[in-house]
Amino acid sequence: MIDVNRQGEVWVFAEQEDGVLHDVSLELCGKARELAGILRVPVAAVLPGANVRNLASRLIQLGADKVYLVDDPRLAHYQTLSYARVLTTLVDKHRPQIALFGATAIGRDLAPRVASTLRAGLTADCTDLQIADVTDPRDKKLHEKLLLQIRPAFGGNIIATIVNYDQWPQMATVREGVMSMLDPDLARPVQIVEEKIEIDQAELAIQLIQQHVEPRKVNLKGARVIVAGGGGVGSKADFRLIHELAGVIGGAVGASRAAVDSGFIGKEHQVGQTGTTVRPALYIAAGISGAVQHRAGMEESAKIIAINRDPQAPIFSVAHYGIVGDLKKVIPMMIKSLKERHGAC
Amino acid sequence: MPYDSIVCVKQVPDTANITAEAMKADGTVNRAALPAIFNPEDLNAVEAALDLRDRFGGTVTVITMGPPKAAEILRDCLGRGADRAILITDRRAAASDTLATGYILSQAIRTIGRYDVVFCGRQAIDGDTAQVGPQCAEKLEIPQITYLENLEALQGRTIRVKRNTGHGWEIVEGPLPVMITVVGTANQPRPCAAKRVTRWKKARVPAELPGEVKAAMPAASDAEVQAEVQRRTEVLQQRGLLLEQWDLDKIGADLQRCGLAGSPTKVYRVQSIVLTKEGYSEIPASEEGVRKLIQELVVDRTLG
Repeated sequence: MIDVNRQGEVWVFAEQEDGVLHDVSLELCGKARELAGILRVPVAAVLPGANVRNLASRLIQLGADKVYLVDDPRLAHYQTLSYARVLTTLVDKHRPQIALFGATAIGRDLAPRVASTLRAGLTADCTDLQIADVTDPRDKKLHEKLLLQIRPAFGGNIIATIVNYDQWPQMATVREGVMSMLDPDLARPVQIVEEKIEIDQAELAIQLIQQHVEPRKVNLKGARVIVAGGGGVGSKADFRLIHELAGVIGGAVGASRAAVDSGFIGKEHQVGQTGTTVRPALYIAAGISGAVQHRAGMEESAKIIAINRDPQAPIFSVAHYGIVGDLKKVIPMMIKSLKERHGAC
Repeated sequence: MPYDSIVCVKQVPDTANITAEAMKADGTVNRAALPAIFNPEDLNAVEAALDLRDRFGGTVTVITMGPPKAAEILRDCLGRGADRAILITDRRAAASDTLATGYILSQAIRTIGRYDVVFCGRQAIDGDTAQVGPQCAEKLEIPQITYLENLEALQGRTIRVKRNTGHGWEIVEGPLPVMITVVGTANQPRPCAAKRVTRWKKARVPAELPGEVKAAMPAASDAEVQAEVQRRTEVLQQRGLLLEQWDLDKIGADLQRCGLAGSPTKVYRVQSIVLTKEGYSEIPASEEGVRKLIQELVVDRTLG
């Protein structure tokens, strides 16, 4: 943990895999720029990797003032302990006031490890970040220009604002796609600060043996009709019903975070604040309870049909048509009815 | 070669099935209105540990931190086949954030002493942070492997794990001891065995007894309640049904690192999501209802 350091920079962990920067890191450079503007401090991106020097300019174009480059062949693949060593060493050295990470598989693995070593606070999956003066209700002490870490909690039923008064840096992971990327400014001067970090052999203990990356290839944004399934679909096998209905209608397949988290379907199908925001002519939500993050990503659809067993499900609050019932019965009926129509034409 | 596992589990409010009734008028969540359930991915963690024991031998110890009521999920674990279950309960641990929770769990694990693998569910549904596993691992000074999809191999002191990275998978290998977090798709948790459930149904942690005795003997004086608690404790002990209950002193925890004092993150504000109820046409879940709906969508040219 570091003490409150009002001159401290705003940091972004620049996540890259095989030399490609993750979009969320670039989005965060823009958000960091905004926060740092209020705080009147610089933005820095921390870029560990092997042969990644060429990525620095993009981080700068999209909002960073400088890049701490840790170029080391041992950092070629992400490993929790070696990357955590890089971050904790640099935080101790430069004492940033804010450190932001993407809420990706890597960011959610790395940030808690770093926060724990530093004994600093960490808020997961933020959907908004702001700067504001906060009075501690306990001792009425005023803390100026704190980072408000805003996130949904309790299954998306509440929005919590978290602060970290004095065990800095103020750390947060931020959902992908929530912050918008700045337009690149090619005129910004590139400032690279090279850092060498001691890495112990024991910190390379977990080794990558084999890797498989599934490409993103779903076009939700362009779809006229989206059939989306949620956790209520129940299983990967039953999710075939969603594909089938989408096939019959000629629409795309969408999903709620619950369905993605349960492994029914890939993340590239996720609709919502944290996935893709869509506005199709027709959105069919099957077995989706309708957490606020999901509704935020689809409520602008021209027509919404909600199918859910629970008549109290919040999805019905944005629906134009509601079917209270078992999707495993209702969807086959829809498929049958649609096929009959096709047959008739 | 046998391996000893420790599984960290949590009892959580069932946020997946939250309804408008669970929200209080002031906009906060009425936890009492929500059923308490076994955190889903923690069940996958328990299954991963039991599966490891089935294949290689060894032991499975389950720990949870929470109020006395959390002993419910310990009984559940014993019903599924865990060898040992420990409740960490202490008012001074209340309001712990993930950093403090990770610390407390690490102290409990150090108190248990011997282990090869610590399993956690990837994340708990009340916070969805996925932070406690990695933070506990850091406190234990052991490596972590997050998002286990499958335990590929375990030979000697080397473990090989398939991880679910959300956009694919990867296989990693590393030494024991290790902290592993488990995702929901990793396995199908086994059901409780009827025989074990019957055996452990009456098991209690000491902290559950005063409440139960008071409920059973509403007119009793404090001294009578105390005597009955004492009697029940002895009976449970004789029958091997008194579950272990540890407080922060037992695990040698530094109180400055627990509870509110040990939690750098503070909740500043909570706003509820207001569930607005607007009108929608209710379609009956029948062939006729569905046919009419599709007809309507065709007529208004939503469907081509």
